[in-house]
Amino acid sequence: MTTPRLTVEALSAMSLRDGGRPILRRVSLVVDRGEVHGLVGESGAGKSTIAKAILGIIPSQVKVTGGEIGFEGSDLLTLSANELRAVLGRDIALIPQDPSTALNPARRIDAQMTDGLRLKGGLSARDARTRAGDLLEEVQIRDPERVLASYPHQLSGGMRQRVLIAAAFGLEPKLVIADEPTTALDVTVQKQILRLIRSMQERHGTSVLFVSHDLGVVAKICDRLTVLYMGKVMEQGATAEVLAAPRHPYTRALLAANPRYDQPDSALQPTPPEVIAALRAEIAAFDARIVEPRNG
Amino acid sequence: MAEDLLVARGLVVAYGRGAAAPPVLHGVDIEVGKGETVGIVGESGSGKTTLGRALLGLVSPTAGSVVFDGSDITALDEQARRPLRRRMQMIFQEPMSSLNPRHTIGRILIEPVLLHGLANSRQAARTLVHDALDRVGLSRGTVERYSYELSGGQRQRVGIARAVVLSPDFVLADEIVSGLDVSTQAQVLQLLKELTGEMHLALAFISHDLSVIRSICQRVVVMREGRVVEQGPCERVFAAPTSSYTRMLIDAIPLPTVDPGWLTRGVSVEAAASA
Repeated sequence: MTTPRLTVEALSAMSLRDGGRPILRRVSLVVDRGEVHGLVGESGAGKSTIAKAILGIIPSQVKVTGGEIGFEGSDLLTLSANELRAVLGRDIALIPQDPSTALNPARRIDAQMTDGLRLKGGLSARDARTRAGDLLEEVQIRDPERVLASYPHQLSGGMRQRVLIAAAFGLEPKLVIADEPTTALDVTVQKQILRLIRSMQERHGTSVLFVSHDLGVVAKICDRLTVLYMGKVMEQGATAEVLAAPRHPYTRALLAANPRYDQPDSALQPTPPEVIAALRAEIAAFDARIVEPRNG
Repeated sequence: MAEDLLVARGLVVAYGRGAAAPPVLHGVDIEVGKGETVGIVGESGSGKTTLGRALLGLVSPTAGSVVFDGSDITALDEQARRPLRRRMQMIFQEPMSSLNPRHTIGRILIEPVLLHGLANSRQAARTLVHDALDRVGLSRGTVERYSYELSGGQRQRVGIARAVVLSPDFVLADEIVSGLDVSTQAQVLQLLKELTGEMHLALAFISHDLSVIRSICQRVVVMREGRVVEQGPCERVFAAPTSSYTRMLIDAIPLPTVDPGWLTRGVSVEAAASA
């Protein structure tokens, strides 16, 4: 049995505003080698806080209060800024949510793609340019030279997301964090991008942590899932099992609320008030357990 | 089939001036029956939002007509359109930016009631507003609050209350649930479904999400690049689409089921290259 690619262990965080409201409640999850692991939840679930903690970009109003993020034998939370900088972009890369804001509008694609390849990968300017072209071909861009010479605004949203995927895989990272990578895209483009992320991941043997609010999307791309609610893990398991036989009432409620064109009458069910009450009670009970020993 | 309330024929809309302005709509025909919910679906650039705006007279078509309840309203000026404004309402995509943050929800809801002369006193207007809040499942105390104090779902309910408080015949909803969590989305859509039934409202529901449209609409209009590629009852269009584009849109919807072949099926390489 090989060691997992990423091990998040009892990660807790709180807001420094809102009277210290908990944001993550002892979240543990394991991303295996070569696995696409889905992190699913609604707004406020804490999924992007987890992604930010891994990337070392926790916002100033959030404080990590406990836990570890194990990667390549070290705890990412304890690395110095310099050590972390050496890991990010090289061993851990990000596919961001919004391809229109993730690229610098004033610089051509080639400049933006070759920066990382030169600075993090140690390639010469000429080699970096060649590599960038190869990467664009790999993400099925027909005319890499034209795209390299373009500014972001000259490309469609789907094309920009392809560029960002190419850049993310450019230095053969061990882990890619995909943060809602298709949320801003049309449904047909979304399908192409999902297919592309999966094929790049398989070809390079990369592990992917796939953050999404969309159970339909994670169903199609993830091997395993972690379902979050209010910063707490509700359920984890193989995608097929979680979706076919969800064990936690929250997962069931989330599935029932999803609109489905194949089940127009049974889907789209609002979460029953008793389920919401039970969830809140579960969170409150957890918080009481955590706070007491610390005070005592 | 219901009697037509809103009928558009040959709608052409171009933004900008002169022959150089490329049309956004290329001759669209659409009808919405009394009390009927019609979904308008399309990807970005399909012209669905422009179609909605043209139906409400918020943009002027360069050709074609819009007939509402038997009268041609295509070329009405501002003043002639005013009585129609109450009967044709809109619910906006972004409830936060469509609600004035400096006004209480009460003021936001009462002002249009007074403006349209639906009540002759503030007290009477307040009663109508209370009824509307009841209908959309918000407490009457909401009138004291500001939009920024409300959740996304509550704000969207206020948006719906602002439309239904005027007892309209026709409501246009443009991507009103696209920013909401699925559990909130389900609540808002169930509410909309109930209201259209209870109030016999005609609803044009613009969305990029075919699953949502299938759940709440009786008919669907599929648009692509400013043209209607297919329209018909949802049951028929989803079971047996006649347009390959509709087929492709349906096949691209990721259902929350495990289907290992889904990722590599459909959506041609040609489409991939132009994405």
